[in-house]
Amino acid sequence: MKIKLTGLAGIIIMLCVTIAICAAENSPPKEGNAFPEIELLKPANPMEIKYLGLSGDGLFKISQIKAEVVIIEIFSMYCPYCQGEAPNVNSLFTLIENNPVLKNKIKIIGIGINNSLFETDIFKKKYKVEFPLIPDGDFKLHKIMGEVRTPYFIVVKLKGGKTEVIYSRLGALGDNNIFLGKITKLSGLK
Amino acid sequence: MRKKSLLAILLLCFFVNSAYALSEAYKNNIYNPGELKPVDSVLKVKVGEKAPDFILKSVEGKMISLKDYYGKKNVVISFVPAAWTPVCSDQWPGYNIVKDIFDSNDAVLLGITVDNIPTLYSWTNQMGKLWFDVLSDFWPHGAVAEKFGVLRSDGVSERALFIIDKKGIIRYIDVHDINQRPLLEILVRELEKIKSK
Repeated sequence: MKIKLTGLAGIIIMLCVTIAICAAENSPPKEGNAFPEIELLKPANPMEIKYLGLSGDGLFKISQIKAEVVIIEIFSMYCPYCQGEAPNVNSLFTLIENNPVLKNKIKIIGIGINNSLFETDIFKKKYKVEFPLIPDGDFKLHKIMGEVRTPYFIVVKLKGGKTEVIYSRLGALGDNNIFLGKITKLSGLK
Repeated sequence: MRKKSLLAILLLCFFVNSAYALSEAYKNNIYNPGELKPVDSVLKVKVGEKAPDFILKSVEGKMISLKDYYGKKNVVISFVPAAWTPVCSDQWPGYNIVKDIFDSNDAVLLGITVDNIPTLYSWTNQMGKLWFDVLSDFWPHGAVAEKFGVLRSDGVSERALFIIDKKGIIRYIDVHDINQRPLLEILVRELEKIKSK
């Protein structure tokens, strides 16, 4: 009887732990929290490696990007909403790159959910995207990001190797100037 | 018994793979049927055989026949199981941005489901303006899917791709796991093989 109870208690503990893991995996990054320690494939394009302030190949973490703020777009080549939003995100990139104060402080990357490199490259060429698009072919990152719908934008503040999510929302960014003003204020950029 | 049930819940939590990325374009209007049997039909055609001809009505009201393309274009047929379901809703919008790839391989795309026209009209409107024809295999229900051997036992079609060359010969078949989207590069590679011959 005692053994049976112990076995049952063990299963219940495992169940609780599993549910906790599932719940954690299913929640999008929350504003105010650290960004998950995900590893992304470094882009093959040397210009993009330079843009992110990285070197070599292999994997990288968001905290290694040479910037003070990173805007992450969770998208898919197959998502019609992301296709429609692409010109607006490109405009945001241009707005940042043309602003001497923000140029090296804010960087943008896209993560293509369930997209192969071939597919993210198609999106890149079709919409003339100048910032790096990184494939997440096996949903690994998507699961960590809480399986959000697309497009989903996360803005991460970087400081001393630490990360803080300052924006985490589903859907279009809206007016780029308002968005940029908001994240500049939230991140304390000057 | 209770132990078994708990273990089943544990395993489900660890291994259930929702595995789809859904566009916000559809809001909360997508029905998730959950994980399905990967393939639930038996193919009735083979690579190298003549493709069965068909005539189906498109969402735009045209009657489309496979024979219309003989001697003119290679044809890619994309059967998807059902409108308003997760993987299907994020498959054709991707094909919608690669018209240039189809053009460069002298190919057209025909999308087919067993849904009726009004349903297909509402659903495909969420994808933006599609450059390819979407055909309804609603009545007689799934007759074309049945001819190809891709009609599942629950009345929807498989997620399947067929490439048919200008002579009407089937050159490629992919009856894919219904729960997953086929990789685009494989389809492109197969189209390029036909072009190079």
